Amino acid sequence: MQPLLDVRNLMTYFFTQAGLVKAVRGLEFSIDEGETLALVGESGCGKSMTALSLLRLVPDPGRLVDGEVFFEGKDLRRLPEEEMRRIRGNRISMIFQEPMTSLNPVFRIGEQITEVLRLHKGVDGRQALAAAVDLLHQVGIPAAERRVREYPHQLSGGMRQRVMIAMALACDPQLLIADEPTTALDVTIQAQIMNLLKDLQQERQMTMLLITHDLGVVAESADKVAIMNEGLIMEYAPTVEIFANPTHPYTRGLIGCIPRLGEKRARLSPIGGATASAERAPGTSYLDTCPEPFAPVRNQLPPLREIAPGHFVRCWSR
Amino acid sequence: MEPLLEVRNLRKSFYVHPGPGGGKNLELRAVDGISFSLFKGETLGVVGESGCGKSTAGKLLLRLLEADGGEILFRGRDIRRLSPRAMRPLRREMQMIFQDPYSSLNPRMRIGDIVGEALKIHGLARSSAIKGEVVRLLSTVGLGEEYYHRYPHEFSGGQRQRIGIARALAVKPSLIIADEPVSALDLSIQAQVVNLLQDIQKDFGLTYLFIAHDLAVIEHISDRVAVMYLGRIVELADARELYRAPRHPYTEALLNAVPVPDPARRRERQLLKGEIPSPIDPPSGCHFHPRCPYAREICQREDPPLEDKGNGHLSACHFSSEVGRFRHF
Repeated sequence: MQPLLDVRNLMTYFFTQAGLVKAVRGLEFSIDEGETLALVGESGCGKSMTALSLLRLVPDPGRLVDGEVFFEGKDLRRLPEEEMRRIRGNRISMIFQEPMTSLNPVFRIGEQITEVLRLHKGVDGRQALAAAVDLLHQVGIPAAERRVREYPHQLSGGMRQRVMIAMALACDPQLLIADEPTTALDVTIQAQIMNLLKDLQQERQMTMLLITHDLGVVAESADKVAIMNEGLIMEYAPTVEIFANPTHPYTRGLIGCIPRLGEKRARLSPIGGATASAERAPGTSYLDTCPEPFAPVRNQLPPLREIAPGHFVRCWSR
Repeated sequence: MEPLLEVRNLRKSFYVHPGPGGGKNLELRAVDGISFSLFKGETLGVVGESGCGKSTAGKLLLRLLEADGGEILFRGRDIRRLSPRAMRPLRREMQMIFQDPYSSLNPRMRIGDIVGEALKIHGLARSSAIKGEVVRLLSTVGLGEEYYHRYPHEFSGGQRQRIGIARALAVKPSLIIADEPVSALDLSIQAQVVNLLQDIQKDFGLTYLFIAHDLAVIEHISDRVAVMYLGRIVELADARELYRAPRHPYTEALLNAVPVPDPARRRERQLLKGEIPSPIDPPSGCHFHPRCPYAREICQREDPPLEDKGNGHLSACHFSSEVGRFRHF
């Protein structure tokens, strides 16, 4: 079966006045229909820029410099802008971390949802408003008939994120990109939103690219995981496999450094050694501080190799 | 043993303009009568969701905000009655570490001056000795001497938080109030800063009030934990006890909501329904009753007091002995 999304050698560079910044340095991954892939990494690893690259929304001075993005068999990078616009928000939609900044504060909730329907489906007027109310019901907003007439500031953070989800789902997309959808929310609301996303995904047979730094969220909702660092995938495997058998030293570091409920340890183990000053200065590479002894090939990028069926690792010493 | 800090019935309200319709300002009880003590050398974790009053409580303790009522006894003296002049030496003893390392350092000052300023103001070092002292403080938090002349923008988030810690340590405090000190940091950096905070606590005999929303971080660092909901402490107990056997339904619900980083333990979860009610118009009786799976008729009428339910485990719940039924591991 052909994957729904197949990304090959994707590169996004920023041509800044201070020089070249390689945000995404050759990404390879694919997502099958109905599957959830989690893209995991710390800030600055390029995970959000990957999402924007897929939709060709990379801000200046950034540019997609190489690679292919096959979606339903077509390379999105080669589509004319007009056709791309028909895909965004329709076949592929996205929800963002901060629901307040991604909703327009001067338009009513209903207007913002019906806009999507008007643009992509040609539905207008009363019919569109009824569809908006229905969508709000589906994402669990009580008194939806009243809420469609409200403005974003009248809603709580959790409710705003539900509105964002309703907007994203308005056109029944094949692929939903969720960029840190629960990071700004409280833990009880986070659990509600993740459950909602999971239910909606199952109902609609939707495929999801989940971008997050929270390994708890990953463990509970992803089928596959790609661990990203410095614009590259370091390890890529089914979720169960990556937690049971983390292989790349960076993955092991990430899993090892988080405190877990019910497991009071004397000390946390930070990534890359235990000393206080181990934090890398901006601009240096993970390769420089990697705790693994791979001296003979230091400063040479290892390839992403398959070490077990479906389990890929980018490390010389594996 | 006398506690280092004892807080009794501390209260603070804000008054919110009701909006274009006009009318009387609405009272928002941010901190609604909280009491606890803090013993020398221990870490009390304060956890709760946004708007529960945990940050306001931290600011009240340092008198960065003035409380409306209650007592704050530091070494037995009520600091709410002290004049600004009498307060000053106590400010040296009580320091704060802030959440956002980007906005809590003056961008126009060099690191050496940021850390040295505290020494100067409190007269803790002669001007000739300040530089050496600052270099020593920087090395305590894992920063080299070469950073002395740099500006805040040249540092990463984790390094800035280290600078904030060095600044707090400069005046040799006995109590540190840390308000979400690691929540803005990446996972790996978070681990480093948590370790650093634990190291300096041991080395300098510090007492911590550690405010955070991350339940796993709170469990890791705290000796005792207080859980807040709508301006009140609803549960206060030994950290191990509270996480092992919560005695308040809200604590249980919080623990259930934390996603477990282990796909083998994936399960259907019992989730808390609804959202936190507005603190301007909190529910009658027990504030938690509309969302509580254990709630009965009495909960709508009577506000349960925070009481000892055995072995110093405090809970504000009419049915605390039943809590645990909905906990899943």
